[in-house]
Amino acid sequence: MIEVVFGVFLLTLLVITAVAVVRTENLFVAVMLMSIFSLLMATNFFILDAADVALTEAAIGAGITTVIFLGALALTARREKRSPNGRFATLGVISVLAALMIWATFDKPRLGDPNAPVHQHVAPWYLEQTPELMGIPNVVTAVLGSFRGYDTLGEVFVVFAACIGVLFVLSAGQGLDRGLFAPDPESEGLRHHLIPKVVGRLLVPFIVLFGLYVQFHGEYGPGGGFQAGAIIATGLILYALLEGEASALNALPRSVLLGMVVGGALLYTGVGVVGMLLGGNFLDYSVLMSDPVIGQQVGIVLIEAGVGITVCGSLLSIFHAFAAREAR
Amino acid sequence: MELLGYFNYWVFAIVFVIGLYAVIAKLNLIKKLLGLAIFQSAVFLMYITMDKVEGGTAPIIQKGVEGQLYSNPLPQVLILTAIVVGVSMTAMGLAIVVRIKEAYGTIEEDEILDSDHTA
Repeated sequence: MIEVVFGVFLLTLLVITAVAVVRTENLFVAVMLMSIFSLLMATNFFILDAADVALTEAAIGAGITTVIFLGALALTARREKRSPNGRFATLGVISVLAALMIWATFDKPRLGDPNAPVHQHVAPWYLEQTPELMGIPNVVTAVLGSFRGYDTLGEVFVVFAACIGVLFVLSAGQGLDRGLFAPDPESEGLRHHLIPKVVGRLLVPFIVLFGLYVQFHGEYGPGGGFQAGAIIATGLILYALLEGEASALNALPRSVLLGMVVGGALLYTGVGVVGMLLGGNFLDYSVLMSDPVIGQQVGIVLIEAGVGITVCGSLLSIFHAFAAREAR
Repeated sequence: MELLGYFNYWVFAIVFVIGLYAVIAKLNLIKKLLGLAIFQSAVFLMYITMDKVEGGTAPIIQKGVEGQLYSNPLPQVLILTAIVVGVSMTAMGLAIVVRIKEAYGTIEEDEILDSDHTA
Protein backbone atom coordinates (compact mmCIF):
# COMPACT_ATOMS: atom_id res chain seq x y z
CA MET A 1 0.00 0.00 0.00
CA ILE A 2 2.68 2.49 1.04
CA GLU A 3 4.51 1.59 -2.17
CA VAL A 4 1.48 2.57 -4.26
CA VAL A 5 1.07 5.90 -2.46
CA PHE A 6 4.78 6.66 -2.90
CA GLY A 7 4.58 5.72 -6.58
CA VAL A 8 1.57 7.99 -7.19
CA PHE A 9 3.32 10.84 -5.37
CA LEU A 10 6.50 10.48 -7.45
CA LEU A 11 4.61 10.18 -10.73
CA THR A 12 2.60 13.32 -9.95
CA LEU A 13 5.86 15.17 -9.28
CA LEU A 14 7.15 13.81 -12.60
CA VAL A 15 4.23 15.34 -14.51
CA ILE A 16 4.64 18.68 -12.71
CA THR A 17 8.36 18.76 -13.52
CA ALA A 18 7.73 17.92 -17.18
CA VAL A 19 5.20 20.77 -17.47
CA ALA A 20 7.67 23.14 -15.80
CA VAL A 21 10.48 22.13 -18.21
CA VAL A 22 8.28 22.95 -21.20
CA ARG A 23 6.81 26.17 -19.76
CA THR A 24 9.90 27.96 -18.44
CA GLU A 25 11.57 30.40 -20.83
CA ASN A 26 14.93 30.36 -19.08
CA LEU A 27 16.79 27.49 -20.72
CA PHE A 28 19.22 27.15 -17.81
CA VAL A 29 16.28 26.54 -15.46
CA ALA A 30 14.76 24.11 -17.98
CA VAL A 31 17.97 22.04 -18.07
CA MET A 32 18.19 21.95 -14.29
CA LEU A 33 14.54 20.86 -14.06
CA MET A 34 15.29 18.19 -16.65
CA SER A 35 17.97 16.83 -14.31
CA ILE A 36 15.36 16.63 -11.53
CA PHE A 37 12.97 14.95 -13.97
CA SER A 38 15.58 12.25 -14.66
CA LEU A 39 16.22 11.72 -10.96
CA LEU A 40 12.47 11.30 -10.32
CA MET A 41 12.31 8.91 -13.25
CA ALA A 42 15.21 6.89 -11.77
CA THR A 43 13.39 6.66 -8.42
CA ASN A 44 10.28 5.44 -10.23
CA PHE A 45 12.30 2.78 -12.02
CA PHE A 46 13.64 1.66 -8.65
CA ILE A 47 10.13 1.35 -7.20
CA LEU A 48 9.18 -0.71 -10.27
CA ASP A 49 11.96 -3.23 -9.38
CA ALA A 50 14.31 -2.21 -12.20
CA ALA A 51 17.49 -1.53 -10.21
CA ASP A 52 19.86 -1.66 -13.19
CA VAL A 53 17.78 0.78 -15.23
CA ALA A 54 17.44 3.13 -12.24
CA LEU A 55 21.22 3.23 -11.86
CA THR A 56 21.68 3.95 -15.58
CA GLU A 57 19.06 6.70 -15.63
CA ALA A 58 20.54 8.36 -12.53
CA ALA A 59 24.09 8.31 -13.90
CA ILE A 60 23.31 9.19 -17.51
CA GLY A 61 20.02 11.12 -17.44
CA ALA A 62 20.62 13.19 -14.34
CA GLY A 63 24.41 13.42 -14.64
CA ILE A 64 25.92 13.33 -18.12
CA THR A 65 22.95 14.68 -20.14
CA THR A 66 22.73 17.75 -17.91
CA VAL A 67 26.43 18.50 -18.36
CA ILE A 68 26.19 18.16 -22.15
CA PHE A 69 23.10 20.40 -22.26
CA LEU A 70 24.90 23.03 -20.15
CA GLY A 71 27.91 22.84 -22.47
CA ALA A 72 25.63 23.49 -25.44
CA LEU A 73 23.81 26.33 -23.63
CA ALA A 74 27.11 28.12 -23.03
CA LEU A 75 27.66 28.11 -26.81
CA THR A 76 24.13 29.11 -27.84
CA ALA A 77 21.53 31.05 -25.85
CA ARG A 78 20.41 31.28 -22.25
CA ARG A 79 16.81 32.30 -22.94
CA GLU A 80 14.13 31.18 -25.29
CA LYS A 81 12.12 33.68 -27.32
CA ARG A 82 8.34 33.58 -27.15
CA SER A 83 6.70 31.41 -29.78
CA PRO A 84 3.05 32.39 -29.79
CA ASN A 85 1.50 31.03 -32.96
CA GLY A 86 -0.03 27.57 -33.28
CA ARG A 87 -0.16 26.87 -29.55
CA PHE A 88 -3.88 26.18 -29.33
CA ALA A 89 -3.98 23.93 -32.37
CA THR A 90 -1.12 21.87 -30.89
CA LEU A 91 -2.80 21.76 -27.49
CA GLY A 92 -5.96 20.46 -29.14
CA VAL A 93 -4.15 17.75 -31.06
CA ILE A 94 -2.15 16.50 -28.10
CA SER A 95 -5.21 16.54 -25.81
CA VAL A 96 -7.05 14.27 -28.23
CA LEU A 97 -3.98 12.02 -28.45
CA ALA A 98 -3.68 11.87 -24.65
CA ALA A 99 -7.37 11.05 -24.28
CA LEU A 100 -7.10 8.25 -26.84
CA MET A 101 -4.01 6.80 -25.17
CA ILE A 102 -5.61 6.91 -21.71
CA TRP A 103 -8.71 5.21 -23.12
CA ALA A 104 -6.48 2.52 -24.62
CA THR A 105 -4.77 1.83 -21.26
CA PHE A 106 -7.95 0.20 -19.92
CA ASP A 107 -7.20 -2.76 -22.21
CA LYS A 108 -3.80 -3.24 -20.59
CA PRO A 109 -3.21 -5.55 -17.64
CA ARG A 110 -3.04 -3.83 -14.24
CA LEU A 111 0.34 -2.79 -12.80
CA GLY A 112 2.03 -5.85 -11.28
CA ASP A 113 -0.49 -8.40 -12.58
CA PRO A 114 1.39 -11.74 -12.52
CA ASN A 115 -0.85 -13.12 -15.28
CA ALA A 116 0.01 -10.35 -17.76
CA PRO A 117 1.03 -11.77 -21.17
CA VAL A 118 4.49 -10.20 -20.91
CA HIS A 119 5.34 -12.48 -17.94
CA GLN A 120 4.11 -15.67 -19.64
CA HIS A 121 6.16 -15.94 -22.79
CA VAL A 122 9.99 -16.13 -22.76
CA ALA A 123 10.81 -14.26 -19.54
CA PRO A 124 10.40 -17.31 -17.20
CA TRP A 125 12.87 -19.25 -19.35
CA TYR A 126 15.59 -16.63 -18.78
CA LEU A 127 14.87 -16.51 -15.04
CA GLU A 128 15.12 -20.31 -14.78
CA GLN A 129 18.05 -20.97 -17.10
CA THR A 130 20.41 -18.10 -16.21
CA PRO A 131 21.73 -19.69 -12.98
CA GLU A 132 22.39 -22.98 -14.78
CA LEU A 133 23.86 -21.66 -18.04
CA MET A 134 25.72 -18.61 -16.75
CA GLY A 135 26.13 -19.10 -13.03
CA ILE A 136 25.72 -15.38 -12.33
CA PRO A 137 22.92 -13.97 -10.19
CA ASN A 138 22.03 -10.81 -12.13
CA VAL A 139 19.73 -11.89 -14.96
CA VAL A 140 19.78 -8.44 -16.57
CA THR A 141 23.56 -8.59 -16.97
CA ALA A 142 23.35 -12.15 -18.29
CA VAL A 143 20.80 -11.22 -20.95
CA LEU A 144 22.65 -8.03 -21.82
CA GLY A 145 26.10 -9.60 -22.04
CA SER A 146 25.49 -13.04 -23.43
CA PHE A 147 21.97 -13.98 -24.53
CA ARG A 148 21.60 -10.68 -26.35
CA GLY A 149 25.30 -9.97 -26.94
CA TYR A 150 24.83 -9.03 -30.60
CA ASP A 151 22.43 -6.26 -29.70
CA THR A 152 24.72 -4.86 -27.01
CA LEU A 153 27.58 -4.88 -29.52
CA GLY A 154 25.32 -2.78 -31.76
CA GLU A 155 24.66 -0.33 -28.91
CA VAL A 156 28.39 0.02 -28.26
CA PHE A 157 28.87 0.93 -31.90
CA VAL A 158 26.02 3.47 -31.71
CA VAL A 159 27.87 5.18 -28.83
CA PHE A 160 31.11 4.93 -30.83
CA ALA A 161 29.46 6.46 -33.91
CA ALA A 162 27.85 9.27 -31.88
CA CYS A 163 31.23 10.15 -30.36
CA ILE A 164 32.92 10.26 -33.77
CA GLY A 165 29.98 12.28 -35.15
CA VAL A 166 30.11 14.88 -32.38
CA LEU A 167 33.89 15.22 -32.77
CA PHE A 168 33.50 15.74 -36.52
CA VAL A 169 30.67 18.25 -36.24
CA LEU A 170 32.29 20.29 -33.49
CA SER A 171 35.91 20.23 -34.61
CA ALA A 172 35.20 21.49 -38.13
CA GLY A 173 35.75 25.20 -38.75
CA GLN A 174 38.41 25.63 -36.10
CA GLY A 175 42.13 25.72 -36.70
CA LEU A 176 44.33 22.88 -35.56
CA ASP A 177 46.16 25.03 -33.04
CA ARG A 178 42.96 26.23 -31.40
CA GLY A 179 39.77 24.77 -30.15
CA LEU A 180 39.80 21.03 -30.02
CA PHE A 181 43.51 20.52 -29.76
CA ALA A 182 44.72 23.27 -27.46
CA PRO A 183 42.67 24.03 -24.36
CA ASP A 184 42.71 27.59 -23.15
CA PRO A 185 45.46 27.80 -20.49
CA GLU A 186 43.62 30.73 -18.86
CA SER A 187 40.60 28.62 -17.95
CA GLU A 188 41.02 27.61 -14.37
CA GLY A 189 37.66 26.06 -13.65
CA LEU A 190 36.45 26.51 -10.11
CA ARG A 191 39.92 26.47 -8.62
CA HIS A 192 39.41 29.72 -6.75
CA HIS A 193 36.08 28.76 -5.26
CA LEU A 194 36.89 27.25 -1.90
CA ILE A 195 33.82 25.11 -1.18
CA PRO A 196 33.47 23.34 -4.59
CA LYS A 197 37.23 22.81 -4.58
CA VAL A 198 37.43 21.15 -1.16
CA VAL A 199 34.24 19.11 -1.43
CA GLY A 200 34.74 18.21 -5.10
CA ARG A 201 38.31 17.04 -4.62
CA LEU A 202 37.17 14.79 -1.80
CA LEU A 203 34.39 13.34 -3.97
CA VAL A 204 36.26 12.58 -7.20
CA PRO A 205 38.21 9.49 -6.01
CA PHE A 206 35.13 8.01 -4.37
CA ILE A 207 33.00 8.51 -7.48
CA VAL A 208 35.63 6.73 -9.60
CA LEU A 209 35.99 3.96 -7.00
CA PHE A 210 32.21 3.49 -6.95
CA GLY A 211 32.24 3.33 -10.76
CA LEU A 212 34.83 0.55 -10.65
CA TYR A 213 32.74 -1.29 -8.05
CA VAL A 214 29.67 -1.03 -10.28
CA GLN A 215 31.75 -2.31 -13.20
CA PHE A 216 33.17 -5.39 -11.51
CA HIS A 217 30.24 -6.18 -9.26
CA GLY A 218 27.75 -5.93 -12.13
CA GLU A 219 27.37 -9.69 -12.35
CA TYR A 220 26.29 -9.98 -8.72
CA GLY A 221 24.35 -6.79 -8.11
CA PRO A 222 22.85 -4.00 -10.14
CA GLY A 223 25.47 -2.57 -12.44
CA GLY A 224 27.55 -3.22 -15.51
CA GLY A 225 29.57 -1.52 -18.18
CA PHE A 226 27.08 1.16 -19.26
CA GLN A 227 26.48 2.42 -15.72
CA ALA A 228 30.12 2.17 -14.68
CA GLY A 229 31.36 4.01 -17.77
CA ALA A 230 28.91 6.83 -17.11
CA ILE A 231 29.75 7.06 -13.38
CA ILE A 232 33.51 7.17 -13.99
CA ALA A 233 32.98 9.79 -16.71
CA THR A 234 30.94 11.85 -14.24
CA GLY A 235 33.78 11.76 -11.74
CA LEU A 236 36.33 12.84 -14.33
CA ILE A 237 34.02 15.61 -15.63
CA LEU A 238 33.76 16.89 -12.04
CA TYR A 239 37.57 16.97 -11.98
CA ALA A 240 37.59 18.94 -15.24
CA LEU A 241 35.06 21.43 -13.86
CA LEU A 242 37.13 21.93 -10.69
CA GLU A 243 40.62 22.10 -12.13
CA GLY A 244 39.89 23.44 -15.60
CA GLU A 245 40.01 21.85 -19.03
CA ALA A 246 43.79 21.99 -19.30
CA SER A 247 44.60 19.92 -16.22
CA ALA A 248 41.91 17.38 -17.05
CA LEU A 249 43.41 16.94 -20.53
CA ASN A 250 46.87 16.70 -18.98
CA ALA A 251 45.67 13.82 -16.85
CA LEU A 252 43.80 12.11 -19.71
CA PRO A 253 44.85 13.46 -23.13
CA ARG A 254 42.48 13.31 -26.09
CA SER A 255 44.49 10.57 -27.73
CA VAL A 256 43.98 8.35 -24.67
CA LEU A 257 40.23 9.08 -24.71
CA LEU A 258 39.98 8.18 -28.40
CA GLY A 259 42.05 5.08 -27.72
CA MET A 260 39.54 4.11 -25.04
CA VAL A 261 36.62 4.58 -27.46
CA VAL A 262 38.25 2.41 -30.12
CA GLY A 263 39.87 -0.03 -27.69
CA GLY A 264 36.65 -0.86 -25.85
CA ALA A 265 34.79 -1.58 -29.08
CA LEU A 266 37.75 -3.67 -30.30
CA LEU A 267 37.88 -5.63 -27.04
CA TYR A 268 34.18 -6.50 -27.39
CA THR A 269 34.51 -7.55 -31.03
CA GLY A 270 37.78 -9.33 -30.23
CA VAL A 271 36.09 -11.55 -27.64
CA GLY A 272 33.57 -12.52 -30.32
CA VAL A 273 36.28 -13.30 -32.86
CA VAL A 274 38.30 -15.34 -30.36
CA GLY A 275 35.15 -17.40 -29.75
CA MET A 276 34.95 -18.05 -33.49
CA LEU A 277 38.63 -19.04 -33.67
CA LEU A 278 38.07 -21.53 -30.84
CA GLY A 279 35.32 -23.19 -32.84
CA GLY A 280 32.18 -21.56 -31.47
CA ASN A 281 29.86 -18.96 -32.96
CA PHE A 282 30.55 -15.22 -32.95
CA LEU A 283 30.05 -13.97 -29.36
CA ASP A 284 29.62 -17.52 -28.04
CA TYR A 285 31.58 -17.41 -24.79
CA SER A 286 31.15 -21.01 -23.68
CA VAL A 287 34.16 -22.11 -25.77
CA LEU A 288 36.51 -19.63 -24.07
CA MET A 289 37.23 -22.01 -21.16
CA SER A 290 37.01 -25.77 -20.79
CA ASP A 291 33.97 -25.36 -18.52
CA PRO A 292 31.21 -23.61 -20.53
CA VAL A 293 29.74 -21.85 -17.45
CA ILE A 294 33.13 -20.38 -16.48
CA GLY A 295 33.63 -19.45 -20.16
CA GLN A 296 30.36 -17.51 -20.12
CA GLN A 297 31.44 -15.67 -16.97
CA VAL A 298 34.85 -14.77 -18.43
CA GLY A 299 33.18 -13.59 -21.65
CA ILE A 300 30.67 -11.42 -19.80
CA VAL A 301 33.36 -9.81 -17.62
CA LEU A 302 35.47 -9.04 -20.72
CA ILE A 303 32.69 -7.57 -22.83
CA GLU A 304 31.36 -5.55 -19.88
CA ALA A 305 34.87 -4.11 -19.54
CA GLY A 306 34.79 -3.25 -23.26
CA VAL A 307 31.41 -1.56 -22.88
CA GLY A 308 32.58 0.42 -19.84
CA ILE A 309 35.78 1.63 -21.54
CA THR A 310 33.95 2.73 -24.71
CA VAL A 311 31.12 4.50 -22.85
CA CYS A 312 33.52 6.30 -20.50
CA GLY A 313 35.81 7.38 -23.36
CA SER A 314 32.93 8.53 -25.57
CA LEU A 315 31.16 10.57 -22.92
CA LEU A 316 34.42 12.27 -21.91
CA SER A 317 35.32 13.01 -25.55
CA ILE A 318 31.87 14.50 -26.14
CA PHE A 319 32.19 16.63 -22.99
CA HIS A 320 35.61 17.93 -24.01
CA ALA A 321 34.39 18.65 -27.55
CA PHE A 322 31.66 20.93 -26.18
CA ALA A 323 33.90 22.45 -23.52
CA ALA A 324 36.77 23.27 -25.87
CA ARG A 325 34.67 25.02 -28.51
CA GLU A 326 34.68 28.79 -28.19
CA ALA A 327 31.46 30.75 -28.12
CA ARG A 328 31.14 33.20 -30.98
CA MET B 1 -8.20 1.17 -5.83
CA GLU B 2 -8.58 -1.00 -8.91
CA LEU B 3 -8.11 2.07 -11.09
CA LEU B 4 -4.76 2.95 -9.46
CA GLY B 5 -3.31 -0.04 -11.30
CA TYR B 6 -3.52 2.05 -14.48
CA PHE B 7 -2.03 5.20 -12.98
CA ASN B 8 1.46 4.54 -14.39
CA TYR B 9 0.05 4.25 -17.89
CA TRP B 10 -1.89 7.50 -17.51
CA VAL B 11 1.27 9.28 -16.42
CA PHE B 12 3.02 7.73 -19.41
CA ALA B 13 0.33 9.15 -21.75
CA ILE B 14 0.46 12.62 -20.18
CA VAL B 15 4.27 12.90 -20.06
CA PHE B 16 4.43 11.53 -23.61
CA VAL B 17 2.18 14.28 -24.99
CA ILE B 18 3.95 16.97 -22.94
CA GLY B 19 7.17 15.99 -24.72
CA LEU B 20 5.38 15.90 -28.06
CA TYR B 21 3.94 19.36 -27.40
CA ALA B 22 7.44 20.79 -26.83
CA VAL B 23 8.71 19.19 -30.03
CA ILE B 24 5.82 20.59 -32.10
CA ALA B 25 4.98 23.96 -30.57
CA LYS B 26 8.33 25.27 -29.31
CA LEU B 27 10.53 27.01 -31.85
CA ASN B 28 13.72 26.98 -29.78
CA LEU B 29 15.88 24.05 -30.90
CA ILE B 30 17.25 23.29 -27.42
CA LYS B 31 13.69 23.25 -26.07
CA LYS B 32 12.76 20.81 -28.83
CA LEU B 33 15.61 18.50 -27.77
CA LEU B 34 14.48 18.74 -24.14
CA GLY B 35 11.00 17.81 -25.32
CA LEU B 36 12.41 14.87 -27.22
CA ALA B 37 14.20 13.70 -24.05
CA ILE B 38 10.91 13.90 -22.07
CA PHE B 39 9.10 12.02 -24.84
CA GLN B 40 11.74 9.31 -24.75
CA SER B 41 11.63 9.00 -20.94
CA ALA B 42 7.85 8.49 -21.13
CA VAL B 43 8.36 5.47 -23.39
CA PHE B 44 10.97 4.11 -20.95
CA LEU B 45 8.41 4.48 -18.15
CA MET B 46 5.85 2.44 -20.10
CA TYR B 47 8.25 -0.43 -20.70
CA ILE B 48 9.49 -0.50 -17.12
CA THR B 49 5.90 -0.43 -15.82
CA MET B 50 5.27 -3.68 -17.69
CA ASP B 51 8.15 -5.50 -15.96
CA LYS B 52 6.70 -5.17 -12.45
CA VAL B 53 5.27 -8.29 -10.78
CA GLU B 54 3.32 -7.92 -7.55
CA GLY B 55 5.40 -9.18 -4.62
CA GLY B 56 8.43 -9.51 -6.88
CA THR B 57 11.90 -8.04 -6.60
CA ALA B 58 14.73 -6.99 -8.92
CA PRO B 59 15.85 -9.94 -11.10
CA ILE B 60 19.01 -10.77 -9.15
CA ILE B 61 18.64 -14.40 -8.18
CA GLN B 62 19.66 -15.25 -4.62
CA LYS B 63 20.93 -18.73 -3.92
CA GLY B 64 18.88 -20.74 -1.46
CA VAL B 65 15.80 -18.55 -1.74
CA GLU B 66 12.91 -20.58 -3.08
CA GLY B 67 9.61 -19.32 -4.44
CA GLN B 68 10.73 -15.71 -4.80
CA LEU B 69 9.05 -13.82 -7.65
CA TYR B 70 11.29 -11.70 -9.88
CA SER B 71 10.34 -8.84 -12.17
CA ASN B 72 10.69 -9.39 -15.90
CA PRO B 73 14.33 -8.80 -16.97
CA LEU B 74 13.70 -8.38 -20.70
CA PRO B 75 12.12 -4.87 -20.80
CA GLN B 76 14.87 -3.77 -18.42
CA VAL B 77 17.67 -4.84 -20.77
CA LEU B 78 15.90 -3.13 -23.66
CA ILE B 79 15.53 0.17 -21.81
CA LEU B 80 19.00 0.09 -20.23
CA THR B 81 20.63 0.21 -23.64
CA ALA B 82 17.99 2.64 -24.96
CA ILE B 83 19.00 5.18 -22.29
CA VAL B 84 22.61 5.07 -23.48
CA VAL B 85 21.54 5.45 -27.11
CA GLY B 86 19.34 8.37 -25.98
CA VAL B 87 22.29 10.30 -24.54
CA SER B 88 24.32 9.68 -27.72
CA MET B 89 21.45 11.03 -29.80
CA THR B 90 21.05 14.09 -27.56
CA ALA B 91 24.77 14.85 -27.79
CA MET B 92 24.71 14.57 -31.58
CA GLY B 93 21.62 16.82 -31.77
CA LEU B 94 23.21 19.44 -29.51
CA ALA B 95 26.40 19.43 -31.59
CA ILE B 96 24.32 20.22 -34.68
CA VAL B 97 22.42 22.95 -32.77
CA VAL B 98 25.76 24.55 -31.82
CA ARG B 99 26.79 24.62 -35.49
CA ILE B 100 23.40 26.07 -36.49
CA LYS B 101 23.88 28.85 -33.94
CA GLU B 102 27.30 29.63 -35.44
CA ALA B 103 26.00 29.64 -39.00
CA TYR B 104 22.72 31.55 -38.46
CA GLY B 105 23.33 33.42 -35.21
CA THR B 106 20.10 32.08 -33.72
CA ILE B 107 18.52 28.83 -32.56
CA GLU B 108 14.89 29.88 -33.08
CA GLU B 109 13.33 27.87 -35.89
CA ASP B 110 11.29 30.73 -37.41
CA GLU B 111 14.31 33.06 -37.60
CA ILE B 112 16.39 30.32 -39.25
CA LEU B 113 13.67 29.74 -41.86
CA ASP B 114 13.35 33.50 -42.44
CA SER B 115 17.05 33.93 -43.12
CA ASP B 116 16.93 30.92 -45.45
CA HIS B 117 14.12 32.54 -47.45
CA THR B 118 15.73 35.96 -47.71
CA ALA B 119 19.11 34.56 -48.70
